[in-house]
Amino acid sequence: MIVGAIGLVYAFMAAPDTIEDVKEMLADDSHQDSEEDAVLENDIHLANPEHVEGDHLIAEENEGAGAHAEDAAHDNEHYEHLLHQLQNKPWAAVYVAAFFFFMIALGTLAFYAIQQAAQAGWSPVLFRVMDGITAYLLPGSIIMFILLALSGMHLNHLFIWMDPEVVAHDELIQNKTAYLNVPFLLIRAAIYIAGWNIFRYLMRRNSLRLDEATDDRLHKTNFKLAAGFLVFFLISESMMSWDWIMSIDPHWFSTLFGWYVFSSMIVSAVTMIALVTIYLKSRGYLEYVNDSHIHDLAKFMFGFSIFWTYLWFSQFMLIWYSNIPEEVTYFITRIEDYTLPFFGMVVMNFVFPVLLLMNSDYKRLNLFVIMAGIIILCGHYLDIFVMIMPSAVGESWFIGIPEISALLMFTGLFVFIVFSGLTKAPLLPKRNPFIKESKHFHY
Amino acid sequence: MASKVIHAIYTDDDLLLQAVKQVRDARYNIAEIYTPFPVHGLDKAMGLESTRLAIASFIYGLIGFAVAIIMMNYMMIEDWPQDIGGKPSFSFIQNSPAFVPIIFELTVFFAAHLMVITFYMRSKLWPFKTAENPDVRTTDDHFLMEIDVSNHNVEELSKFLYNTGALEIKLIEN
Repeated sequence: MIVGAIGLVYAFMAAPDTIEDVKEMLADDSHQDSEEDAVLENDIHLANPEHVEGDHLIAEENEGAGAHAEDAAHDNEHYEHLLHQLQNKPWAAVYVAAFFFFMIALGTLAFYAIQQAAQAGWSPVLFRVMDGITAYLLPGSIIMFILLALSGMHLNHLFIWMDPEVVAHDELIQNKTAYLNVPFLLIRAAIYIAGWNIFRYLMRRNSLRLDEATDDRLHKTNFKLAAGFLVFFLISESMMSWDWIMSIDPHWFSTLFGWYVFSSMIVSAVTMIALVTIYLKSRGYLEYVNDSHIHDLAKFMFGFSIFWTYLWFSQFMLIWYSNIPEEVTYFITRIEDYTLPFFGMVVMNFVFPVLLLMNSDYKRLNLFVIMAGIIILCGHYLDIFVMIMPSAVGESWFIGIPEISALLMFTGLFVFIVFSGLTKAPLLPKRNPFIKESKHFHY
Repeated sequence: MASKVIHAIYTDDDLLLQAVKQVRDARYNIAEIYTPFPVHGLDKAMGLESTRLAIASFIYGLIGFAVAIIMMNYMMIEDWPQDIGGKPSFSFIQNSPAFVPIIFELTVFFAAHLMVITFYMRSKLWPFKTAENPDVRTTDDHFLMEIDVSNHNVEELSKFLYNTGALEIKLIEN
């Protein structure tokens, strides 16, 4: 079955708007570079209230208001600092949203590879849904690369170690320049991105060819590819999280950071798979998906939420207890300046999923899975927000128009690409050797 | 109590599941089934009520959670406050990250142990209890279905069971 109508209708709806919005956002950002400290005022309309997918956003106006810079005569140094933070703010907002959706696509690819490598019998009916979500991997990772390259060209100050002046006065960063320098960062990023996308392309191509094939040879190839991808992924994902997130705060480090980002990634990915599956199912596609499949996805959501909390707490408690100055500053800024998002996300990512999804029967009810899923996705957006913002904008954070519009823009782009990706192939991988088992899967 | 039961022995779990459905459709009463391993879907086929062990375990977890909090509060805050790692223990909330692992462990401990004990009590098991299974082969590779004869015709019932694929049919009078 080809997902026709819905995917395409709103593909056309979302496409021009998102691209316009990209331009709009970047235009706004370039205003920011002027001496004036412009506060963004984009008007966002959610034109399609029916469901989250159909978001359709228009950034209408932006006014520059030099509120802060005027007072700068007073205390130049302080305001310059503030100015830098506020100049960073829209960049960081775009960065957080871009990373969040990129992370979902990458996590989905990892989940897909796990299913392939484990020869799972329950999930093949969901493979094409996962393929659809990973369609965002290529654009998402290219956007990330562009953002990194722009930072490398000093268009913003997200990564303070990219600024030669800062490095000149900072011995700790000087010692790290062998690893933390712009060309090497970009080379590494290019390697990860190329690797992930090549694996994704090959697995997708084999999966499609398998539908037409007469033997199961390609299934074995995919099994090997998936296993190879997982090895490459775990190493590259860990390094990616150091490069792209941890290095924003170059003095601080945490040895389980890669795992921590991974847990956030995989739980958001599974949640997204569940939400897309339920949506498609409600539109009458995916006739073979039954509530046992949803139940299994919800189990993964539940389990990975607890896994995330475990890693979050392990990271927090060790640093809190040892109280070493260069480590503990990370949490001090977060707890003092970011009290609400910092603790709010723990409630959203742990308490809600645990209470909503603990009951076995609730895991089979679409309503509960959707509710928990939306809370988990918001919670993990906040998680990324709290990872990046404190080092990028310090205490002048606010979830305001730049953040929401960036989030909506990437939601639109993500949904457009994912659903047009879904339309490109039949939603049932018909020659997968496990497909019969998957169709009859019941708990 | 002089009740008659019939023991029907099957050699395959799928066959057993099929037979259970047929026996229930024919309105005979299955008293008990002995299997060498848990058969997936058997409880549903037999029409057993779903277990309430999960609810019990949740309550036990809450008890463990509460016990841990009260215990840590008494030990570390009220009775003998200590200064560990520069973190003086005069406030529960400020020291709570250090207590979380203990709270977690005790929650799991209470839930797990009390759940096992509850399970033993409900299924009337205790150490050194003599085994109840009527045929030792049910611990190896045979499945035994026990059906109440009550006022059914034994001939007819045996014939019916034979048709469901039973390998061996025995009439037991207690």
